[in-house]
Amino acid sequence: MTAADIHHAILAAWRIEQPRLITGLSRMLRDVPLAEELTQDALVAALEHWPATGIPEKPGAWLMATAKRRALDHLRRARMLARKSQMVALELEAEQQAMPDLDAALDDDIGDELLRLIFTACHPLLSREGRVALALRMICGLTTGEIARAFLVPDATIAQRIVRAKRTLSESGLAYETPSGAALSERLAAVLEVVYLIFNEGYTAARGEHWQRPQLCQEALRLGRVLTSIAPHEPEAHGLLALMELNASRTAARTDADGEPILMLDQNRALWDQLRIRRGMLALGRARELGGAGGFYALQAAIIACHVQARGAAETDWPRISGLYAELAALVPSPVIELNRAVAVGMTEGPEAALEIVDRLVHEPALKTYHLVGSVRGDLLYKLGRFDEACAAFEAAAELAANKRERDLLKRRAANAADAAISPS
Amino acid sequence: MRFMYIVTSPQPAVGPTPELLEAMHKLADREIKAGRMLDNGGLMPVQMGAQVRVKDGKLSVIDGPFVEAKEVVGGYAIFELRDKEEAVAMAKEFMQLHLDHMIGWEGTCELRAFAGP
Repeated sequence: MTAADIHHAILAAWRIEQPRLITGLSRMLRDVPLAEELTQDALVAALEHWPATGIPEKPGAWLMATAKRRALDHLRRARMLARKSQMVALELEAEQQAMPDLDAALDDDIGDELLRLIFTACHPLLSREGRVALALRMICGLTTGEIARAFLVPDATIAQRIVRAKRTLSESGLAYETPSGAALSERLAAVLEVVYLIFNEGYTAARGEHWQRPQLCQEALRLGRVLTSIAPHEPEAHGLLALMELNASRTAARTDADGEPILMLDQNRALWDQLRIRRGMLALGRARELGGAGGFYALQAAIIACHVQARGAAETDWPRISGLYAELAALVPSPVIELNRAVAVGMTEGPEAALEIVDRLVHEPALKTYHLVGSVRGDLLYKLGRFDEACAAFEAAAELAANKRERDLLKRRAANAADAAISPS
Repeated sequence: MRFMYIVTSPQPAVGPTPELLEAMHKLADREIKAGRMLDNGGLMPVQMGAQVRVKDGKLSVIDGPFVEAKEVVGGYAIFELRDKEEAVAMAKEFMQLHLDHMIGWEGTCELRAFAGP
């Protein structure tokens, strides 16, 4: 086994134990940032010792013993600091016996602690990037390096975000909060936003060479599953999971052999993952059962469900999709949603009607740097035979696209439009 | 990556002890909450099952028990994990429960990645 293999195996063994470790420590110490630190300490210790000794038969027990020692050290130090002025040896003795039982804490149901962790990581007080990094670290067990690679930033940037986030939590007295009842539903929106962000980053990478970063999608899906299992009565949790599963189902069909993106309507539907679709539809069903059919994520999932239920692009229920986008726009007025509604209107009523909507949108400040406006406009102009204008629109969009694959696609579409302009049929 | 776990043990098969059942239930609960286990199930004894076989160009149905079978499938689980190393680590933890809570039991947990995307 190479050093890299050993490292990999140790990391894998640690990751299996990570949920139990962090939830147990969090419960025992009543301090989420500290629990996270000790979980990482345990990994460092494993990486130090296990290459020589081999991975222990019960890696969980070893890691927990290490974390427990560090936890007890920490607690002792904290108490000593508190009692600096009255160093009574007898009291310390008695305290040692009263130390909280880590083993019992570890055996308890992790559901409550996971809920606490996820809500803490996604606290509205933290910056959005801080929330994303902390959630991926604490719930998904990603290393700093893995998070950094996923978002195409240097390791140090992620390390800083995590340090800052933990410090904010400690300093604001949020180190061990219990979200509950009405507050939970409110705070859930912040959590779902983080998960959605992670999924979208992986699904359509904002920058960089690769169009999809599958690992991020997997982590987001996992977070989504965690949420539906620890907060089963929240319809939007199921809505988000549905949206992610239904989008992820198209992974195999979205790129060609060279890694170039294939538009949804051109995809080979035989490659769509039916198991994911089934799970997505089930989750959407549960969201509806819980009365959440009109939720932000449930509506988006319903739109994808329309596509997924069409045997071919031609069978797509565009009027229903238009209606769903209208509902969505009423819920969250957003030029991006309006743009998507325009596409659906285009398919239902023709490109003229759609262009009317899009031409109103080009003046929206929020869309100034959004490359898809030009992409949609170009597409509509092309369908109307206005090839020169289509070419210009695609070219402008290509300039704004930050992802190389998308940029190349838009440039190709511009070239097609230019060709069509020269040889009108 | 999605993995299928199939647990087999030699005939005659004995069901899990109450301690093992509880331990497995705890593990399953934890893994479902951690978003890693997608599905699991223990199977009813072979006596209650059936096999449909294709051999020599013919289809035949055989009711359980299947006397020639050396091993019987006891249960399965489906996990979504990072890679094969994680899958092995998870399987080891699961099988360790058998060592801890069902002395003398012998068996195999085979893990296989799902084909496809």
